[in-house]
Amino acid sequence: MSSNIENAEYQTQKEGHKDILLQTQDLSLVSGGRTLISNITLDVSAGEIVTVIGPNGAGKTTLLRLLLGLITPNAGIVFKKPKLRIGYLPQKIHVDPILPLSVSRIMNITGNYSSIQINNALEETGVVSLKEKPIFQLSGGEFQRVMLARALLRSPELLVLDEPVQGVDYMGESELYKLISNLRTRHGCGVLMVSHDLHVVMASTDRVMCLNQHICCEGQPQDVSRHPEYLKLFGLDSGSALAVYSHHHDHTHHISGTLLQDGP
Amino acid sequence: MILDDFFWRAVIAGVGVAVVAGPLGCFVVWRRMSYLGDTMAHSSLLGVALGYYLEVNIMLGVFAVAFIVAILLFLFQRQKQLANDAILSTLSHASLALGVLMISLMFWVRLDLIAYLFGDILAVSLVDLYWIYGGGFLILLILFVFWRPLLAITFDHELAQAEGIHVVKVELLFMLLIAVVIALSIKIIGILLVTSLLIIPVSAARRFSKTPEQMAILAALIGMVSVGLGLSASLQIDTPSGPSIVIVAVMFFFAANILPQKK
Repeated sequence: MSSNIENAEYQTQKEGHKDILLQTQDLSLVSGGRTLISNITLDVSAGEIVTVIGPNGAGKTTLLRLLLGLITPNAGIVFKKPKLRIGYLPQKIHVDPILPLSVSRIMNITGNYSSIQINNALEETGVVSLKEKPIFQLSGGEFQRVMLARALLRSPELLVLDEPVQGVDYMGESELYKLISNLRTRHGCGVLMVSHDLHVVMASTDRVMCLNQHICCEGQPQDVSRHPEYLKLFGLDSGSALAVYSHHHDHTHHISGTLLQDGP
Repeated sequence: MILDDFFWRAVIAGVGVAVVAGPLGCFVVWRRMSYLGDTMAHSSLLGVALGYYLEVNIMLGVFAVAFIVAILLFLFQRQKQLANDAILSTLSHASLALGVLMISLMFWVRLDLIAYLFGDILAVSLVDLYWIYGGGFLILLILFVFWRPLLAITFDHELAQAEGIHVVKVELLFMLLIAVVIALSIKIIGILLVTSLLIIPVSAARRFSKTPEQMAILAALIGMVSVGLGLSASLQIDTPSGPSIVIVAVMFFFAANILPQKK
């Protein structure tokens, strides 16, 4: 019954020109008397990168877990395109050296893929040379690339990435965001990711949502970076925000020559 | 006949238990759950008492109590109010205390406590052998079928859940298997040492394994050899069976981990 309603809702959404993959309406979660997520309404379409940013404890990971159906909300609904294929990259997987798993083994851990498929996926994220390495020997950046390749194996329509650059050094961060942006273009999938830092992620995201239990502000990355709610949330006054902004602007420009607007 | 000899019965029982404990113990070690094993094992004394009280095979009592403890732990963990080690310790001591109380109240039963705590080479009956091999075969079969989902939740349980694995079901099944293997090994190894057969051979096998499967098989082999040598020593120098087996396994552990690492 409920799935019929979801499909009907999805159909009406599809009337518009955007191919909406996932959508929520007034999603709320209360746990132990604390409001963790409040009235979140968002959507992600095919070919689009949506980034959720927010301070620690803002509920970013909780929101992703709600969207994936790992926990159930107290109120509100999650609509998913029927049979939506999701590639998920969870936050912080700790692999103990006691568990002897190689990269190629990880690729097959929940599915059955041929060696050719695995090679192609690893090739795409640039880590095919690590195929036989034990995973506990990988660096943070290598591990995230392997996990991205693993997510690609499912030929996902939507990639859900929880802090994809954590444990990755500063230079690696923008490289990884560039890779994610390329994957989006090549596969036409939607990307929903969580990040702690707007400025690094800015160049490769289409829309930003600033989360602190509820959505404080949302829009184009450039607009959000100057939005008073955003500045307040991250404890920046507009002056220092501009200073930070121009610093990052130099850096991002240096690497990829992207569409950032001019600073002051 | 070979099964008429108490020593060979003990060896056959011990080998059967070791074959199962190797692969299952791998998951206990990989998932850092050795204290869960200890807690379930300590609850076995209550199971033994229950077995005597109800006049059923003590393996059945041990299994029932160990599984109930596992379920309680599972429920407490879901509340997320208390730390894991505190819950484990509470359950472990509660069931141990309850077991001792029950045994001391059953004045009509004369029970050799030391034999149950440290294992007794004389204790294995022919019926026990049927239980061990029947139960052991069942565990191996279930492990074989659920190997991949178990490995997936060991790697990351959220990822496994997001990709369609029923995590709660697999977790409960896993606890059930541990309860069975503890029940099967209790007579040979003893309550206090029963988890050693799950942990030590696995820890000795790590150095020489490149895949999870290699590690499981190697752990089973090390366990089997430890049982054989340990029981022989136990017979020769008249020591309790459990500690003898454990000492042999520990020697494997040190030999494996003291050798210099090649880079």
